[in-house]
Amino acid sequence: MSIWEYANPRKFLQSSERVMPVLWLSSGVLISVGLIWGFFFTPDDYRQGSTVKIIFLHVPAALMAINAWFMMLVASLIWVVRRHHVSALAAKAAAPVGIVMTLIALATGAIWGQPMWGTWWAWDPRLTSFLVLFLFYLGYIALWEAIDNPDTAADLTAILCLVGTVFAVLSRYAVNFWNQGLHQGASLSLDEKENVADAFSNPLYVCMAGFALFFLALVFYRTGTEIRARRIKALLARQRQEA
Amino acid sequence: MMALLIRDLRLAVRAGGGFGLGLAFFLIVTVLVPFAVGPQSDLLARIAPGVLWLGALLSCLLSLDRLLALDWEDGSLDLLATAPLPLEAVISIKALAHWITTGLPLVLAAPLLGVLLNLPLDGYRWLVVSLLLGTPALSVIGTFGAALTVGLKRGGLLLSLLVMPLYVPTLIFGAEAARRGAMGMGVETPLLMLAGISAGVIALMPFASAAVLRINLR
Repeated sequence: MSIWEYANPRKFLQSSERVMPVLWLSSGVLISVGLIWGFFFTPDDYRQGSTVKIIFLHVPAALMAINAWFMMLVASLIWVVRRHHVSALAAKAAAPVGIVMTLIALATGAIWGQPMWGTWWAWDPRLTSFLVLFLFYLGYIALWEAIDNPDTAADLTAILCLVGTVFAVLSRYAVNFWNQGLHQGASLSLDEKENVADAFSNPLYVCMAGFALFFLALVFYRTGTEIRARRIKALLARQRQEA
Repeated sequence: MMALLIRDLRLAVRAGGGFGLGLAFFLIVTVLVPFAVGPQSDLLARIAPGVLWLGALLSCLLSLDRLLALDWEDGSLDLLATAPLPLEAVISIKALAHWITTGLPLVLAAPLLGVLLNLPLDGYRWLVVSLLLGTPALSVIGTFGAALTVGLKRGGLLLSLLVMPLYVPTLIFGAEAARRGAMGMGVETPLLMLAGISAGVIALMPFASAAVLRINLR
């Protein structure tokens, strides 16, 4: 029993279909519990008032925006090294989910920033690198759409993902140098001094787990769709040949 | 390798390969900026380094889609790929030819256009130095983008979309060095970072570009 068994599309579809209902249900429960807990059963912050509660959407979305790119990187590497089609399709399937997560993080940040920082947007390092990440997602998706041959598209986008990762990290540190930050430090880190208060962190963990499972469910679902679309294309091509 | 470089340079100069086009575009962008932001000389002096860097970057971007497209269409790229020269070397030479025909003229023209934008006197030296260090990186990264989109019919716009985020670090450090130079501050850190990016990109990017080109030529 090895993980590479799931490189077989049929096996992947079978198992993902068995797992998906669990994922949908648990992510739905976790996100609703986390959001209701966070929105209605945590105290208001003494300075930020109730606006602080947007953290329960903002932080998990930002977390998944970065992790989605990381997942695409791993999937692209697997495609480049081992040529498993499911892996390439999973990377393709994750990109639109990641870009939506990036947009959610940017939008909730802007909505929170308007009353708190007095501005919708500032050229802060964190904000800027998220905008750059958004542009990388855009280019990646556009390249997938532009190329007809699926294998060529998978190869080219995989290399773009690898190169893009290097440049995204470079940009992250370059913008640090270019402007001082307005954004607060990490909400949750091992260094406990700068963390958010306990009252907020527990529902936040629940939301983060919910978002992660939700992301997994979406990627499984979209990968299944891509595999089926590929099969339909192959069937149609065979039919045309026979006719 | 020399033969290929000379061939590319000749083609660029003689066959209307857009040799002067990048330069003209640079001129137009710089001339349009005062119309857009107003003629106040102190404002222009403040934004001049950034505008010149952005103009150089855009002119570089504009000339990228011709970098490989012509060779792709007439099939000489296939010949080059089967030649004894490794594709990594071919692509490096292509980037070098692009830099000589686009990057270098931009570097030389930038001080002239700096006069139009009222660039402070201290700024000229560091503007030229930062462009000289940064434009090779622009050419090499752009070659990667050109190799990615070479097989596409409407690759031009996609090329810009793919390459622009990759240009972010180069632009930040390059424009920062030029800006600090113009304001009389120390330029060492951004300049060293810029040189580091250029060196790293020149060393590593040809491998990615050649890999991408091999996939496209398959």
